[in-house]
Amino acid sequence: MSDNTHLRQPAQTEATRATEALLPPVDVIEDGAGITLYADLPGVSRDRLHLHVEADTLTIEGEIALPAPEGLESIHSEVGLSVYRRVFTLSKELDADRVAAEFNQGVLTLRIPKVEHAQPRRIPIQVG
Amino acid sequence: MFYRSLFPRDVFAELDRIQRGLQQGGGDLSPSIRGSARGGYPAMNVGSTARSVEIYAFAPGIDPTSLDVQLEKGVLTIAGERASVLPPKDAPATVHIDERFSGRFRRVVTLPDDVDPNAVEARYTDGVVHVSVQRKAASQPRRIPVQ
Repeated sequence: MSDNTHLRQPAQTEATRATEALLPPVDVIEDGAGITLYADLPGVSRDRLHLHVEADTLTIEGEIALPAPEGLESIHSEVGLSVYRRVFTLSKELDADRVAAEFNQGVLTLRIPKVEHAQPRRIPIQVG
Repeated sequence: MFYRSLFPRDVFAELDRIQRGLQQGGGDLSPSIRGSARGGYPAMNVGSTARSVEIYAFAPGIDPTSLDVQLEKGVLTIAGERASVLPPKDAPATVHIDERFSGRFRRVVTLPDDVDPNAVEARYTDGVVHVSVQRKAASQPRRIPVQ
């Protein structure tokens, strides 16, 4: 399991250079049935979150919209851009058509199942 | 171990992350009494208008009941805890990327002198704690009519 990386990020540098964007931190956990990805996208509302799966590329994009009173001047800013973007390359054994997404209080949870034949099977040993 | 910045364009955040890594490794490079002013979890933006001071803490995925926002003597503290999503060590799962913060956190901001400690509002929306503190009425700008 450890010798093939299921999620790689080669496309990321090209994509982020198009427009400046924040790189959301993620956790990626793999089990026998698939991969679960958690991404932090604070400040993004449900309708400003965009997920695309194109061929084997998964793109997570979100736009921050904060409630700001009129005439707000920034004093201190650690989140200096208003767009998050991160791109992942999916591997063949992941079933991109059955991605399930949940978005709650700025945390995106993506479940990407493996295609049936790629799921682990116990091979019975015949005793002769 | 390597450090991936949450905000890759921000050189200061990147430097702070590296510095924190060094601190965890035993060295102590931070001269500030409240630790590093930048970086850390949650990330913070602070803005000001003539009438109020607005604080935004980017703390996604927190149970709102674990959030503790306090204002005492002009110092605002935002504290809480974020549960880890990582599987237990003996689980049949592999962690490929582990970048998200988990555990207890606390961040402190010193507010300007003219804020009114009785006019504070805190709201948790889309993973952002938004604290709005009104300035005292006396210090708000007033238009002086010219006779």
